[in-house]
Amino acid sequence: MDKPRILEIDPVTRVEGHGKVTVHLDRQGNVNEARLHIVEFRGFERFIQGRLLWEVPVIVQRLCGICPVSHHLCAAKAMDRIVGVDQLTPTAEKMRRLMHYGQVMQSHVLHFFHLSAPDILFGFGSPAEKRNVFEIIRQNPELGHRAVLMRKYGQEIIEATAGKKIHGTGAIPGGINRNLSTERRDQFLAQIDEMQDWALEALALARDYCLREKDFIAKFGGQPSNYMSLVRPGDGALDLYDGNLRMLDARGEAIFDQVDDSRYHEYLTEDVRRWSYMKFPYINSIGADDGWYRVGPLARMNTADLIDTPLAAKAHEDLHAAFDTPLIHGVLDNHWARMIEVVHCVEKIRELLNDPDLQGTDLVVKGERRHEGVGVIEAPRGNLIHHYKVDENDQVTFCNLIVSTTHNNEAMNRSIRDVANKHISGQEVITEGMMNHLEVAIRAYDPCLSCATHALGQMPLKVELFDSNDVLIDSALQSP
Amino acid sequence: MSTDRKARIATVSLAGCFGCHMAILDMDERLIDLMARVEFDRSPLNDLKRFTGRCDIGIVEGGCCNEENVHTLQEFRRNCDVLVALGQCAIMGGLPAMRNAIMHSDDPLRDCLDEAYLSSPYTRNLTNTVPNDPVLPLLLDRVYPCSEVVEIDLQIPGCAPSGDIIHDTLIALLDGKFRGFERTELRFD
Ligand code: SF4
Repeated sequence: MDKPRILEIDPVTRVEGHGKVTVHLDRQGNVNEARLHIVEFRGFERFIQGRLLWEVPVIVQRLCGICPVSHHLCAAKAMDRIVGVDQLTPTAEKMRRLMHYGQVMQSHVLHFFHLSAPDILFGFGSPAEKRNVFEIIRQNPELGHRAVLMRKYGQEIIEATAGKKIHGTGAIPGGINRNLSTERRDQFLAQIDEMQDWALEALALARDYCLREKDFIAKFGGQPSNYMSLVRPGDGALDLYDGNLRMLDARGEAIFDQVDDSRYHEYLTEDVRRWSYMKFPYINSIGADDGWYRVGPLARMNTADLIDTPLAAKAHEDLHAAFDTPLIHGVLDNHWARMIEVVHCVEKIRELLNDPDLQGTDLVVKGERRHEGVGVIEAPRGNLIHHYKVDENDQVTFCNLIVSTTHNNEAMNRSIRDVANKHISGQEVITEGMMNHLEVAIRAYDPCLSCATHALGQMPLKVELFDSNDVLIDSALQSP
Repeated sequence: MSTDRKARIATVSLAGCFGCHMAILDMDERLIDLMARVEFDRSPLNDLKRFTGRCDIGIVEGGCCNEENVHTLQEFRRNCDVLVALGQCAIMGGLPAMRNAIMHSDDPLRDCLDEAYLSSPYTRNLTNTVPNDPVLPLLLDRVYPCSEVVEIDLQIPGCAPSGDIIHDTLIALLDGKFRGFERTELRFD
């Protein structure tokens, strides 16, 4: 290779939203730099100012159509604090939890089967025309059918609790606006055994893949890092809806632990870099250079001391038993972690459906008004933070959002760099399949770049190669 | 549309939240049945990143917020017989277009960028500039609905539209029997 080159993947597909990767190669074809750029910008923090507080949970979810429930609930949790409510009624809290477990279930199933499974089942370098869910449906109709029905089940739980499958209205400041009819409850209960069986089979599929490819995964885009999530106060159990912040270092030692979520900004700062609309959060006590961390399903499997449902608890133990390090670092092990959470969600959904509180009629509480509120939740892709200030006219005056994909920004960039170094550096001919390896690494984070931009739209991923003087040398589109 | 070959459908997400693409998946089992009659050309749901040929139907989610959106939308118009604007963002700008109208602001886009990157109290910005690398496509002064950029043949309302309305509309188009929407279906939400 005699001249520096630029490769492009534009757009990155089978991910949510719009971004672009640039890989900078020198004359010898070695990678100098690889970056994930978020190319869209929305300006949500500004244009939400002046809107009324009760509108926010309904508006903000329109940042992301894959995990709207997470934004809807996270904003509602922040607004609970603003309307002075620290404790919801049992019916309200359980309806919201049911909505959330339905959401995590459908999002994880979507990510695993519809977006990532083609890479796992057909191979990272398999022909581009085959790498999609439609091909799975063609080749393995039963698996494809289950994927569709599991996602549908989660979506219908959302519809029953939020009013609509996408962008519902169920959660309101201080509570919820409906309960669950016994008729809907019985419909869901009738299918729950089947969902549990299928979830366990999906778990086995992901686990077997991760065990079979253990050596490959250990070297693919991963490196030890810090991990953050909410955990339950007291016992440190996995809790997707509520809890305190915990940050562990790569050896499993606490950097901070059981921190009240409203104090997030004392521990984290976001760095701005001129080549991406997505910011780079870091841990204050460590600093911007080394203070990066990861969030998401694998992070939660690392931070949680235990899981409080039996099947997922067993799977959590199996996961840790398979590794001889205190924490697990393989980017692709996220798939295994994600399927453990699907099992956990199904178990939680069953528990809630059997709880008569869901038919309660005490839906909303009121308290004394405050001017500021923070809401934090574990979205499917990881920790999500909403922070608002509201004036005496009920109008928003300040908003700050840190979404899961933003927490993972530095980690994703490092993963791409690692994969580019191993699979692209020094290659004479760069194939479409090699380029898909970059996308596989990005997909493992299940990024949601629409959320991350708080912007308008789309996530095309494009790879460009620069020489060591930052001169764009060449560009290659990934496919067709 | 001829019945002896599969119809080709392309989809894209411009300035939208991906919710309209999720709504396409909300057709559930009917999506599997639909595959007997259609094939997907470029779409974020597969790995075809460019058109492979002419398409019978193009489905666009989201309006235009940057120059790349405009180019992509024009490409869809050139390559698709019937161009469908799916959902409120494509039809009228939707949530992203909230940045078009900020009270007491002469330059809403500038205000939005300042708020996110310069004045946020929990942000560190060593260069004190907003992201401006040439790699980032230029933002448009405002967010434009699709119909202000190219001619649109059909608009499917909703935010997101239901899987039902998407399914019924596609089937009617494939059968050449689309006759418009019921009044009750013409709603924002
Ligand atoms: S119309 Fe609604 S669901 Fe569709 S992209 Fe826009 S905000 Fe998302």
